[in-house]
Amino acid sequence: MIMSVASGKGGTGKTSVAVNMALSISNVQLLDCDVEEPNAHLLLNPKIHNTEPVYVLVPHINEELCSHCGECAKFCQYNALFSSPEKILFFPELCHSCGGCTLACPMQVITEEKRRIGALKFGAVGDLKLVYGELDVGEPMAVPLIKAVKNQIENNKNVIIDAPVGTSCPVIETVRETDFCVLVTEPTPFGLHDLKITVEVLRKMKVPFGAVVNRAGIGDNKVYKYCKEENIPILLEIPYQRKIAELYSKGVPFSLEMPEWKEKFQALFSEIKRLVEE
Amino acid sequence: MKQLTILSGKGGTGKTTLTASLAVLARNAVLADCDVDAPDLHMLLHPEVIKTQEFKGSKLALIDKTKCDNCGFCREKCRFDAITEAVEVDPVACEGCGVCAAICPSDAITMTERVSGYAYISKTKYGFMAHALLSPGESNSGKLVSLVRQNARILSEKENSNLIIIDGPPGIGCPVIASVSGVDVSLVVTEPTMSGIHDLQRALQLIKHFNVKPLVCINMYEINKDNTHKILGFCEENSIKVVGRIPFNPKVTEAMVNGKTIVEYSPESDVAKEIENIWKSCKDSF
Repeated sequence: MIMSVASGKGGTGKTSVAVNMALSISNVQLLDCDVEEPNAHLLLNPKIHNTEPVYVLVPHINEELCSHCGECAKFCQYNALFSSPEKILFFPELCHSCGGCTLACPMQVITEEKRRIGALKFGAVGDLKLVYGELDVGEPMAVPLIKAVKNQIENNKNVIIDAPVGTSCPVIETVRETDFCVLVTEPTPFGLHDLKITVEVLRKMKVPFGAVVNRAGIGDNKVYKYCKEENIPILLEIPYQRKIAELYSKGVPFSLEMPEWKEKFQALFSEIKRLVEE
Repeated sequence: MKQLTILSGKGGTGKTTLTASLAVLARNAVLADCDVDAPDLHMLLHPEVIKTQEFKGSKLALIDKTKCDNCGFCREKCRFDAITEAVEVDPVACEGCGVCAAICPSDAITMTERVSGYAYISKTKYGFMAHALLSPGESNSGKLVSLVRQNARILSEKENSNLIIIDGPPGIGCPVIASVSGVDVSLVVTEPTMSGIHDLQRALQLIKHFNVKPLVCINMYEINKDNTHKILGFCEENSIKVVGRIPFNPKVTEAMVNGKTIVEYSPESDVAKEIENIWKSCKDSF
């Protein structure tokens, strides 16, 4: 089973839920797809045994043979190519690697070459396997790196994927083709507002989902009301406790220090499994 | 005209809470919510929309099934896995590059306009506001951020405002780059957690990359004083000014529940007082 853990609002506890669940069950592969700001490794302190660079394909233009006809720039939907009668300029950060310019060039002087955007890191804690992506600072495009992380999925494992924050392309790429998505929210107006947007995205993508309410006790009751009205199952509530916040601040998954939570995360996993099999 | 972007790297550290309070204290700044996929600033500033603009971020492939002979060439050439086995376009995956339309041997594919969201120009009690909402499942948030910033610049010129305050998105990817490039100062809100520190460092690297002046403030600083000291030490080593230490106070959530900024809801609170100090330091930095 492949499950993703997401939330529209940042800082609601996605990584905490993903990591604590991963530590409470067996045969787990944890993927951190928040490649802009990966954090799961900070809670797990894994031994990193391998790092692999990740590349995207970008055009390489043979300027000597180029006639500066501008067809490539005309084709590019992302304004990554700019053509003047004397020169052709390429802006690699804007390129989406579609390969269209190579097709559009009538002189066939465009080939593709690799450009690094980040790295994959492979680690382990006991029998828990961790894979995460780390986008190079200054690189705008997270999606190709997220795809590279997801290519590492091992189908015989219980795969838990920590998603990036928000609801746009990196999140969509992460939750795409997962069996279930856990939405972590908090009972505040911001938490509810961003939950609603995420729910719309998941319904559009037809990924089944349920909610985890973190920091229960702060804010108001509107998240519960909304979930009830929309028939969204609340799979777990984690109360606001100073101890949990302090453990998180030190980089300690709270289920390790508060063993009663291990069972709750096991139950969360079983419930998700049941919902997926249904 | 100066531009200030509030960033954090890590989500949920208090960007929007702080931005809204700065908007109140600044008086007549133009406000820009650049967190276009999960915007929250409007819930504290209550803008009244005066103009709505369609946002066309990218095109979408459309297959004319009467012409298509299911050869699958488009599926083979699409780099975004946006053509399904049944030779249909997956609109969520399509990035509008146009390769499929260019190579289709039956000329069955056209690229169509697609509305990916809306940009708004609004009025608030505290000044004009540019904001937007990306439609669910749409991409191109970076482009929409650029549109919001363009709207904010136009507003500031029209209104003779000398400051734009920008609420940035979390992360360090394309919408963040679009929110921070070309601004004068970026204030990074962090928290004294391992993730907060890690994400702060990456956000600061990004800010440096774009030659923007960084400032840092630590939210909920007393939740882990050792980590707060680490952040202070790190900033000192790198000559980055720490402009504030905001304590944890349940009043902040209370204010949010009531749809108010903390500086208005509880002006005498320790949090509001510290935000006033932060605002003074921001002003000094321009």
